[in-house]
Amino acid sequence: MMKNINFVSQFKKANIISIILFTLSILLVFFKGLNYGIDFKGGTLIELRTEKSIKASSIRDTLSSMNLGDVNVKKFGKDGDYLIKVEQKESNNNKLIPEIKKKLTDNLNAEIDFRRVENVGPKVSAELLESSIIAISLALAAMLFYIWIRFEWQFSVGSIIALFHDVIITLGIFSLLSLEINLSIIAAVLTIVGYSMNDTVVIYDRIRENLFKYTKISISDIANLSINETLARTIITSVTTLLALVSIYTLGGEILRGFSFAMILGVIIGTYSSIFVASPILKFFKVSYKTLEKEEEKIVP
Amino acid sequence: MLNFSKINIIFIYLIFLFISIFSLLNLQTNENIILDKKINLGLDLQGGSYLLLEINSDSLVEEKIQSKVIPLKKLLKDNNLTYSDFKISSKNLIFKINDIEKFELLFYSKKDNVVNPYIDNYRAFELDYKKSEDNYIEINFSKFGLLTINNSALKQSIEIVRRRIDDVGTKEPTILQRGEKRILVELPGLKDPERIKKLLGKTAQLNFRLVSENSEFGVDELISEIGEKLKVSKRIVMSGENLIDAQPSIQNQQNEPTVSFTLDRLGSQKFGRATTDNVGRRLAIVLDGKIISAPNINEPITSGNGMISGNFTFQEATDLALLLRSGALPTPLEVVEERTVGPDLGEDSIKSGLISLIVGFVLVILFMFYKYRLFGLVANTALIANLIMLVGVLTILEATLTLPGIAGIILTVGMAVDANVLIFERIKEELKTEKSIIHAFDSGYSKAKITVLDANITTLIAAIILFAFGSGPVKGFAITLGIGILTTLFSAYFLARHLTSLIVLKNSNKEIKI
Repeated sequence: MMKNINFVSQFKKANIISIILFTLSILLVFFKGLNYGIDFKGGTLIELRTEKSIKASSIRDTLSSMNLGDVNVKKFGKDGDYLIKVEQKESNNNKLIPEIKKKLTDNLNAEIDFRRVENVGPKVSAELLESSIIAISLALAAMLFYIWIRFEWQFSVGSIIALFHDVIITLGIFSLLSLEINLSIIAAVLTIVGYSMNDTVVIYDRIRENLFKYTKISISDIANLSINETLARTIITSVTTLLALVSIYTLGGEILRGFSFAMILGVIIGTYSSIFVASPILKFFKVSYKTLEKEEEKIVP
Repeated sequence: MLNFSKINIIFIYLIFLFISIFSLLNLQTNENIILDKKINLGLDLQGGSYLLLEINSDSLVEEKIQSKVIPLKKLLKDNNLTYSDFKISSKNLIFKINDIEKFELLFYSKKDNVVNPYIDNYRAFELDYKKSEDNYIEINFSKFGLLTINNSALKQSIEIVRRRIDDVGTKEPTILQRGEKRILVELPGLKDPERIKKLLGKTAQLNFRLVSENSEFGVDELISEIGEKLKVSKRIVMSGENLIDAQPSIQNQQNEPTVSFTLDRLGSQKFGRATTDNVGRRLAIVLDGKIISAPNINEPITSGNGMISGNFTFQEATDLALLLRSGALPTPLEVVEERTVGPDLGEDSIKSGLISLIVGFVLVILFMFYKYRLFGLVANTALIANLIMLVGVLTILEATLTLPGIAGIILTVGMAVDANVLIFERIKEELKTEKSIIHAFDSGYSKAKITVLDANITTLIAAIILFAFGSGPVKGFAITLGIGILTTLFSAYFLARHLTSLIVLKNSNKEIKI
């Protein structure tokens, strides 16, 4: 059987780590910035397949002679597969893609297959960024509201702080590693919000139940007991989710790699935050069975 | 919670069967179709092009505001209003007037107002005006006036875009309006969208104008395709609207590709008159402000048939004929977003998506069996049922499966067991204190119920928001994630619970370990 682990004694240490990571992440996002993909910055992306012998540097040289502005060429999966990103130019050049293709074929003297082409204009990218920010904010607000209805406000605040913690640190790691933020990363972030909330709710549900059951015990001990009681579930669910995600990360192909990496980070951070961020906040607010009763009196006068 | 009435059981399995049968429809081959429902593959999986086009209505607004000048001046004159300092710009008309009150009365009259018609749909006038000091008046389109212009231009553009794409002959194109100014075009299976982009990028406004040094209508200096500068009259002899057909053809003598066209009756008359009156002069054929060619009029053409030559390749002649047949776009279209996936990349994505799905699925199943043994089998049966139902519901909805959508299914597999894990762990706890096994299972299920619901609703909220705000592939992810949650709840709370009850009731007098 699971041992009874003393989580509460680790709260302080964990909180200091969380605060440091959180602050570092905010600093990173503000000063280093996020590496926005063409979805949010506008521009052209080309995934191409060519002969194995062709080097990224020769593609880069060919493109730089075309005066396209900022061009980024990187290897993408197998040998001979490359991803090219071209910065948004002011004028929308409809012939850009055939021109690039012709130039590359002529200069490299090789068969070149454009497997994927994405072109996002400045207007659309601005709108996509705006709607993504709205979506994440709305998701956070909806969670806050749901928890507020189901629990008391202290729980609501606790879970939202945990969510911010998860989202900000995930973004911080993306900034640190200069990983690209695109539409699928936003989808991952929203799923993280859902998953992290799911984890927090399970522990909160148990804390509430135990608060009624053991009215004499302090919130610290209740939190510790509840975390321990749900620990097996927390671990098993994280493991099965991570099994699925690692399988997408390793076998799902290049396109899903960023998405599954964000999700893996999110699941780990989300699981951690339910125990070490969401629960200490209840202690901070000195939640007791009286808090719950008071709320009930309010509803039934 | 372990008691099921017979009706309940029948109901549960009927629902399961009903939904699962739909998942089989995806195995249908093209030859024998029982029911035409299946999961569609998104463009990222089957390959194809997604284009978002935007109309540019500035030129239309300019044209429309200019068309107001003559009726407006007439209106002022007829009502003995004197004006001065009349200026026309691209968005508004500015002039000075002697009697503002009288003007206002005329401007906002609902009866027979030719200058400023009242739009019943919006209960608003087409134009607005602002007055400034010294009796100056500035007229521009009202919000609803602009909306009407945009709307009709967009509707017309969609029609023309559809005709052009149908004419090229791609399979099952989707052409939809997006917002006030945009058209969404999806072309599944298309490998290279350059030709379509080129065809959609031209407004194809064709007109015939006489080459002349001076004309009472004024002249434009235009450059022809071969670089010749020519002065042509602003008067349009005939425009593309009068064309009823256009086909590429080969002119026999020089073996040169040309476009031959047929005119409607009005067009034939206009063209006949103009060519009769101007034998010996040159007639410029102008497409989108560029002269294609300017042949001499050798003899009157009254048959209503003509030919355009201009150093075309056969492909160019074919495309020009297509453009002329489909009619002119009211405004230029700009491609504001484009996403094209080649069919081989799509195939690779399906392959890697399916492999990762199978591997993830097997890993989860093995882990659950290792953790819970007999009840692991229960959870795994529920998981398989869950997947079949998920596919079934996606089929019923004829949803579009995208690569992120496959990721959503894999994630569902990972997270779906959560409901059963919550329940089993709860039962384990109950077994410690409760003597009766049946009671332990019973209270385990009922106590875990709220937590399971709470936990899944939060993820469902995230999925709904993703669906509302996401685009294309991301929407596909939201659909599978969201439906996955619903099928998970059903499979855990009905199917797995029933299976558990069968095991427990059968072994109620023995030890049961989870």
